[in-house]
Amino acid sequence: MHEWALAEALISTVIQVSKKEGLRKIFEIEVRIGELQDIDLEIFKFALIQLRPDYLKDAEFKFKIVKTKLKCRICGHEWSPRKDELDESVREAIHFIPEITHAYLRCPRCGSIDFDIIEGRGVWLEYVRGK
Amino acid sequence: MKSSSKWGNDVVNDKLKDVRLSVIDERIRDVKNVIAVSSGKGGVGKSLVASALSLSLARRGYGVGLFDLDLTSPSTHIILDVKDAQPIEDRGIVPPKIHGISYMSITYYSRDKPTPLRGRDFSNALIELMAITRWGTLDFLIIDMPPGISDATLDIIGLIKRSKFLIITTPSKLAFETVKKLIKLLSDLHIEIIGIIENMKIKESDFIKVNADKLGVKYLGEVNFDENLEDALGDVDKFSNTEFFKRIDGIVEELLKALAFEAQ
Ligand SMILES: Nc1ncnc2c1ncn2[C@@H]1O[C@H](COP(=O)(O)OP(=O)(O)O)[C@@H](O)[C@H]1O
Ligand SMILES: [Mg+2]
Ligand SMILES: [Zn+2]
Repeated sequence: MHEWALAEALISTVIQVSKKEGLRKIFEIEVRIGELQDIDLEIFKFALIQLRPDYLKDAEFKFKIVKTKLKCRICGHEWSPRKDELDESVREAIHFIPEITHAYLRCPRCGSIDFDIIEGRGVWLEYVRGK
Repeated sequence: MKSSSKWGNDVVNDKLKDVRLSVIDERIRDVKNVIAVSSGKGGVGKSLVASALSLSLARRGYGVGLFDLDLTSPSTHIILDVKDAQPIEDRGIVPPKIHGISYMSITYYSRDKPTPLRGRDFSNALIELMAITRWGTLDFLIIDMPPGISDATLDIIGLIKRSKFLIITTPSKLAFETVKKLIKLLSDLHIEIIGIIENMKIKESDFIKVNADKLGVKYLGEVNFDENLEDALGDVDKFSNTEFFKRIDGIVEELLKALAFEAQ
């Protein structure tokens, strides 16, 4: 489960932040997740609960899913791919490495494979609230 | 991207925001040596050397991983005939063993499709791969590097700070000119250079050796141009019997000495 790897990354980031800021109790953690990452939130939450150290026990995790936005570098067209346009194995590949979109997607307007992922990738720690 | 503070006690340092960065060191914690097979140029034999080196070390009983980080032009999967192997999902991704080597490549996901990656995409794909791949305990992690000293190489240097560099050149002045720049860059960044291998030698010349000495970089040995190599690509048994492989296998002795690694 690759959700576990990302959950581990999130917990270890929260630990680093709280150490650095001298926080001993955390109330709230907000995480921004790119849609392309296609994370199974149930598994992700479960992993977080299993992995969190004691002082994060009462912390509430908040998740914000950021919609995918791609922009063609040739014609400037912006679009959001629909999940159901992609077959299962491609979705899975993108789930592991979102940049794989560059192997499978094209600009729907001009057919170019040269596009930027403007939004929709990554797992970001937005903020932690604690004392 | 919103700044960190919303209430008095909210904190997140900007650098820490990308959560994947925090586990990269952890993923290679139990890897003793990370060796980046690198050159200023393409086509000098990095992928061939990285593959032969990995095989040779694995056969000596060392725990070996091979990570193909030439993400836009991967080729070790062809040399080692990786076929349909796939990583296992277990709290991340565990690379499958190919001929005794834990093997990881973007081709598990991109298959044979071209995957153009600009600098930022390369960084992201690299960070993602580093963050999710669980190498476990290894004596050596061999990295097949992209050519040159552009974004991709700088990213790998920045993210995998423990990499020691094994540099490949051909006998040509043109190749060595780019290699000199790579060496200068690595020295400025205080990165360890294990040594230089001179590949595809076709006639006597001490140009590379003399110049390696001048730069204070260890000359690990030369490998002749092997006209039978092409036919052995993709057939590991055949590959292991090439003059090329035997020569690399010999240089591995030197390399282990250079790393002060006791033979098992
Ligand atoms: N010693 C050698 N003798 C003959 N051919 C070689 C030798 N070393 C490399 N080659 C060939 O040169 C080409 C480039 O090698 P490769 O390992 O892909 O280089 P790089 O990874 O540096 O781009 C390949 O076709 C390979 O088979
Ligand atoms: Mg190569
Ligand atoms: Zn377009």
